[in-house]
Amino acid sequence: MLLEIKNLHASINGNEILKGIDLKVNYGEVHAIMGPNGSGKSTLASILAGREDYEVTKGEILYNGKNLLELAPEDRAREGVFLAFQYPVEIPGVSNTNLLKTAVNEIRKYRGEEELDAIEFLSLLKEKSKLVDLDQKFLSRSVNEGFSGGEKKRNEIFQMAVLNPTLAILDETDSGLDIDALRIVANGVNKLRSKDNAIIVVTHYQRLLNYIIPDFVHVLYQGKIVKSGRKDLALELEEKGYDWIKNQKEEIPV
Amino acid sequence: MSEIKNTFKDWCLKNFEKYENNLNGEKKYPVHDYRKKSIKYLTTLDFPSIKNEEWKYTNVAFLNKENFSFSLEKADYSFDHISKFLFDNLEHSLITFVNGYHIQNLSKLLDIPEGVEILSLSEVIKQNHPLVQKFLGKVAENSNNFFTSLNSSFITDGAFIQVPNNKIIEEPIHIIYYNNSGTSKNIIQPRNLIIVGKNAQVTIIEHYVSDTETEYFTNSVTEIFVDENGILDHIKLQEESFKSIHIGRMDISQNRNSNFRSHLISTGAKFSRNEFNSRFDGEYAESTLNGLFMITGEQLFDAHTLIDHSKPHCNSYEHYKGILQGNSKGVFNGKVMVRQDAQKTNAFQENNTILLSDSAVMNTKPQLEIFADDVKCSHGATVGKLNEEAKFYLKTRGIGDEAATAMLIHAFASDVITSIKIEALRDYLEKIISRKFN
Repeated sequence: MLLEIKNLHASINGNEILKGIDLKVNYGEVHAIMGPNGSGKSTLASILAGREDYEVTKGEILYNGKNLLELAPEDRAREGVFLAFQYPVEIPGVSNTNLLKTAVNEIRKYRGEEELDAIEFLSLLKEKSKLVDLDQKFLSRSVNEGFSGGEKKRNEIFQMAVLNPTLAILDETDSGLDIDALRIVANGVNKLRSKDNAIIVVTHYQRLLNYIIPDFVHVLYQGKIVKSGRKDLALELEEKGYDWIKNQKEEIPV
Repeated sequence: MSEIKNTFKDWCLKNFEKYENNLNGEKKYPVHDYRKKSIKYLTTLDFPSIKNEEWKYTNVAFLNKENFSFSLEKADYSFDHISKFLFDNLEHSLITFVNGYHIQNLSKLLDIPEGVEILSLSEVIKQNHPLVQKFLGKVAENSNNFFTSLNSSFITDGAFIQVPNNKIIEEPIHIIYYNNSGTSKNIIQPRNLIIVGKNAQVTIIEHYVSDTETEYFTNSVTEIFVDENGILDHIKLQEESFKSIHIGRMDISQNRNSNFRSHLISTGAKFSRNEFNSRFDGEYAESTLNGLFMITGEQLFDAHTLIDHSKPHCNSYEHYKGILQGNSKGVFNGKVMVRQDAQKTNAFQENNTILLSDSAVMNTKPQLEIFADDVKCSHGATVGKLNEEAKFYLKTRGIGDEAATAMLIHAFASDVITSIKIEALRDYLEKIISRKFN
C-alpha cells in the first residue's frame, strides 16, 4: 500500500477541520476527493504536503510504511509526494528552469543519485513540456509570474511530469480553467498515470473526472469521508448536488 | 559634555598639524590652500549627533572613543593580497590603492584612447592639473558636512579619471582600495575625481576591500562631473572587514542629456554610511541610483541619497534593496527634490527591505519635495519578511530550507544585480550572495 490515512484529526487556530479521515491508496490507483466548499478537501491536501499551519491532533499517515507526518515538506517531496497547488505561487526572480533544476538535483541527491548535467536536464524539460503543450519560452520566465490561470495549472502539471512523483495530489486543479485548458491538463495527468504511482484528485466539480477517470470517489463533508464509491458516485453527486449528501448526513445522528 | 562630544574632532585638528609637517615640499601646491581652508571650516562644524535629523538613526558617537592614526607610509604589497577581489573573465584597467596610497605595481592599464587620463590624484596635484583646480571641492562641497570637510583637510591620494570629449573607454576601470591596518587603526581618506567629457563614455568600479580582521576607518569622497551627452556607469562595491568603519560620499553633477548610472553594493564594514548627491545641471539628463545592501550581526548600513532636479525634462530612477540578518540595522533616507523650474520631471524611488531575523531593524524614510506642477513622481517603501508561501512552494518541490531561502534571496536581489551591465561583475556578486546565504 502506498498511502494509509488513519483517523486523521486536524485543526487550525483551534478549529477542528478534519474529524477522523480514513483513506487507503494503492499503487496504480486514482482517487477523487469531492465535497462542498469548506468540507476540508484542501486542508487534507495541505497536510499531506506538509503545510505547517495545521495541527494534527489525532491519527496518523503512513506513506510507503513511513510516518509521513514526521517528514519535513522537502523530504516528503524527495520521497515522491507532490502537491499541485490550487493557487500556484508567483516567484519573481526565480526562473522555472532554475526551480526545476534545483528541485531535480536536490531530490536526486537525497536518493543518492548523480546530479543531471545541463544537457540531460534540458532534454528532460523539453520532453516533459510537450506533455502539457508548454512553450519552451516559459522555461526562462519567472515561476508563475504573470501567467494566466490556465498557464499556472499547466505549469503545475509540467512540474509534476519533471519530478515524476509516486503520489501526486491535485488540489482543485480544474478551478479557473476553460474547457480547452482543462483538456490539456487532464491529458497531461493521464499520460503520467501508471502502475507505479497514485493520484489523488481533489475537486469540487465532477467535470474534471470526465477526463481523469477515477478508480474511487470519496465524498468529504464536515471533515469526514461520508461516502465512498466508484466513478458513478461522482456522476450521482453531479446530478443530485451536495444537498443530497448534506440531507443524508443530517439524518444520521453524530 | 562638550568635552566628550568633541573628542574625535579635537583629535582631527591636532593631527592636522602632524600631517602638515609631514607634507614637506607638497605644501607648495595650491591644493594645500584648500586643505587649510577645509580644516579651518571643520573647526566651525559640530560633530554629527543623533539630534541632527540627518544622523537620527546613525550614531557616530563611538568615533570619540576610538584611537586612530593616520596612515603615513606606502606599504609593500603583492598581487596575492588583492587577487581574490579581481573579477574573472573581464578585460579591464586596474588601479590599486593600499591604505589610501596609489600602488603602481598593482595597477595595470589597458591601451586607453589618446587624451584619457587614469592617474592618481597625488600625481595630478603635483602637475597642478587645471581640472583639479576647476573641480576639486566644487562638486562635493564641504558645506555643513563634517566628514567631507575632514576628507578635504587631508586630501592626499585617490583616483583621477578624465575622459575627454568624444572618447569612449570600452573596458571598465576597476579601482581597488585595499586596506590593511596591521596593529594601528588607520584613517584612510581616498579622494576621487571623475570627469566625463561631452559624448564620452566610461564604466568605473570603486571597490573597497580588506582582510577580514583588520580595523580602520575609510572616509572617502568621490566627485563626478558628466558633461553633455556623456555616459558614466558607476559601481561602488564595499566589502570591507566587519571591524572597519566606512563613510563614503559621492557627488555627481550632470550636464544636459547626460546619463549617470550608479550601483551601490554593500556587504562589509561594521558601520557604513553612504551619501549620494546627484544634481542635474542641464536638461534631458537621466540618473539611475540602485543599491543592494546585505548586512548581518551588529552591522549598520546607512544610505542617504539626494536627487536634485533643478532643471526640466530630467528622469531619475532610484531603487534600493536591503537584506538584513542578525541584529543588523539599516537606514535608507532618500530625498528627491523637484525644484520650481524642473517641469516634466520623472522621478521614481523605491526601497524594499527583507528582514531575515526578528532583531534586525530597518528605518526607511522616502522624501519627495516637489515645487513644480507638471511632474511624474512616485516613491514606495516596503519592509517585510521572505515570502513564506513561496518558500513552502519551493519545499514541496523537494528544495531544502536553506536552498529555498537562498533562492528567494537571489530572486529578491536579482533586479538590482541584473541591471548591472558587466557579466563578470554580476557573477562575482552572485557568488557573494551564495557565500552569504547558501
